[in-house]
Amino acid sequence: MAETAEANVNEIAAAAHGEHAAAGAEKYASGSEYIGHHLNFLTYGKRADGQLGLAHTVEEANAMGFWSIHVDTMGISALLGLIFLGVFLLVSRKATSGVPGGLQNAVEFVVEMVQNSIKNTFHGKCDFLGPVALTVFCWILLMNLMDLVPVDMIPGAVQIAAGNPHLFFKAVPTTDVNITIGFSLSVFILILYYSIKNKGIGGFVGELTLQPFGKWAIPLNIVMELPAFLAKPVSLALRLFGNLFAGEVIFLVIGLMGYWQLPLALPWAIFHILVIPLQAYLFMMLTIVYINQAHQHH
Amino acid sequence: MNLNATIIGQIIAFFAFAWFCQALVWPPIVNALSDRQKKIADGLEAASRAGKDLELAQERATDMLREAKTHAAGIIDQANKRANQIVDEAKDKAREEGVRIKAGAQAEIEQQVSQAREHLRHQVAVLVVAGAEKILQSTVDAKAHGELLNKLAASL
Repeated sequence: MAETAEANVNEIAAAAHGEHAAAGAEKYASGSEYIGHHLNFLTYGKRADGQLGLAHTVEEANAMGFWSIHVDTMGISALLGLIFLGVFLLVSRKATSGVPGGLQNAVEFVVEMVQNSIKNTFHGKCDFLGPVALTVFCWILLMNLMDLVPVDMIPGAVQIAAGNPHLFFKAVPTTDVNITIGFSLSVFILILYYSIKNKGIGGFVGELTLQPFGKWAIPLNIVMELPAFLAKPVSLALRLFGNLFAGEVIFLVIGLMGYWQLPLALPWAIFHILVIPLQAYLFMMLTIVYINQAHQHH
Repeated sequence: MNLNATIIGQIIAFFAFAWFCQALVWPPIVNALSDRQKKIADGLEAASRAGKDLELAQERATDMLREAKTHAAGIIDQANKRANQIVDEAKDKAREEGVRIKAGAQAEIEQQVSQAREHLRHQVAVLVVAGAEKILQSTVDAKAHGELLNKLAASL
């Protein structure tokens, strides 16, 4: 599915680019090469020669298989997570119940928003849910915000710093499906943990097999319930990935248009400002909803 | 679009961050929030209580003011009464004094009148004697006719 999307994007980019080399993409032979280059990751893994190292080409990266890691998205993801925790830790060290300062005010606004979302949606008792929801929201929000940094800025800076103008570097972690799947699997693990903790293995398995039609239709029940259950992490991951990937590709297409990108990038960025917190909020809300379901007995 | 170990890295990072958040970040902020909520609730309650107190105090002040006014009016009444009384007393005294002074003057006048009458009487007696002497061309012995003269004087 993603490959088809990429192919479409390449066609669009080629059409937009035409015969002329775009100002922001002079070192690429064509628009599709420009976009294609920006959609690849800086991959670290075991190379064909048996040594650990960075992949230099797409083929090399593909050949590394599962046991490789995207250094760019993973690194920026970790960096943003640390920034989030650093800021919040700084505030929590000095948290006062008196008149809050500007930063504390901002942090409290977010924390209260998370608390209210939990209060309205979650009807169990779980001390871990607050921190999880806060981490999910802030971290994903920061990752999504990387989308507003002009598309060539961070990769360009990294390429100059590394002295390699053809280095792959992707700056927006949530446009990497691995990162979003990492999030959704983390949530899935929490769902499994709380389901089994609250309902017992029997209760959890029973929920998947004994309803809606009772014990004489177990196979039918499994066919109905299991996909719904497994769809949760898949939909979580792909919704976030799809929204941000699409936004990123549009930014790349706009980036091809030379000086025309200036009037086009701004409105798209403004529109994208809506998508960025919305997707972060949605991910957080669905996390709360799913963990709430793991606490409810049927 | 390879699926690779980035997923595992992300899961590990997620749980590490979430745990860190739960251990160090979440509790102080949430505590500060609930503390402030309590403080604000207390403050609002105190404010409404103070408002009620103010209302009561104002009522009491109005009551006291009214009482003071009544009291003051009473005092003024009493003072007026007392003043009238004093004026009346002074009038009475003055009248009495006048009456007394008048009586004294009357007595003095009467005394002087009687004195003058006495004096006149003596003079009349002398005149009569002198007149009689002229008529009789002789002295009248005052001693010999004193009794007669005195009777005459007394009858005047």
